[in-house]
Amino acid sequence: MRLIPALALAAAVLFTGTGVVSAQEKLLSERGDVSIDQTSKVDMFRPEKDKENIPRNFQKQPPLIPHSVKGYVVTQNFNKCMDCHSKERAEETGATKVAKSHYLDREDKKLQTISPRRYFCMQCHVPQFDAKPLVENNYKPAAKN
Amino acid sequence: MNLEKCMPGWLKRIGLTSALLLFVAGVVFWGGFNWALEATNKESFCISCHEMEENVFKEYQNTIHYTNRTGVRATCPDCHVPKEWGPKMIRKIQASNEVWHKLLGTVDTPEKFNAKRGQLAQNEWNRMKKNDSQECRNCHNYSYMDYTEQGPRASRTHPKAFDESKTCIDCHKGIAHQLPRLDQHIGKQNEGAPELSHGEKPAEPAEAADKK
Repeated sequence: MRLIPALALAAAVLFTGTGVVSAQEKLLSERGDVSIDQTSKVDMFRPEKDKENIPRNFQKQPPLIPHSVKGYVVTQNFNKCMDCHSKERAEETGATKVAKSHYLDREDKKLQTISPRRYFCMQCHVPQFDAKPLVENNYKPAAKN
Repeated sequence: MNLEKCMPGWLKRIGLTSALLLFVAGVVFWGGFNWALEATNKESFCISCHEMEENVFKEYQNTIHYTNRTGVRATCPDCHVPKEWGPKMIRKIQASNEVWHKLLGTVDTPEKFNAKRGQLAQNEWNRMKKNDSQECRNCHNYSYMDYTEQGPRASRTHPKAFDESKTCIDCHKGIAHQLPRLDQHIGKQNEGAPELSHGEKPAEPAEAADKK
């Protein structure tokens, strides 16, 4: 009989189809299934414990911040990051020195002080939290030249 | 009759009732004095001035000394008024100058406050440097710090700083309020403003020995 394999196939398609749909439904955003005007029930993410420098995932990746930045303020008056990472302070504090590229203007001309467009450190360098990735990440860095 | 014999001369002269009344009056006055002193030593008193409420108190609300996991707090007087009686009296007398400037309206807008921020911060830094950050150490005692519980940065830096006889305020500036304009060599902005001191000048060796 040909009908039975055909039915089985249809059932299988139906099954896997619904399986895919339900898997997609399960994929919620990091804040859970809560509309934007409501408070998320998901616990706040905690900053990861201070650790050693985190290796880069690809070349020229802005290095990740391996420590808590809770209460760190970058204002017009004061830049908390630069209190340790500036070239004047890095040696004493043992922090990673701000890269030379940060002392170039957009025409690649050398500046005496850090470029204003690099002032807001945490636009590129981000602290780490214990948020689990929602989907598996199989990114692999390109081989180093 | 027997009682009269035991009484000293001055007591006989003023009489037992007056002496008792004087004693009670003393208790009331001393109690009242302390009550008034404590009434001015509360967060609610500090922020009854809008100068405090609209500037430093708002900044402080974002910090760990205002709100934290366990709810143990350090309120205004915990950091800004000494706990010991002598220094407390001196600070309270100095505070009359602050009442005067409240009347003058020296810092009654955020703009005026920010213009004075550097000077005000420096006053507090100097005070805390002078008393070896006593108000910090009332809670944060060096001797009971467990470096194994501290993060790598803290456990590396603390012993080093104590060896150089630095005090809390040398590094921990701007932890409860925003910092004033400071020159960090990061461009034209804030050029000419004072640099942030990290207690570079080590204390005299003799003085350090005394502390130990």
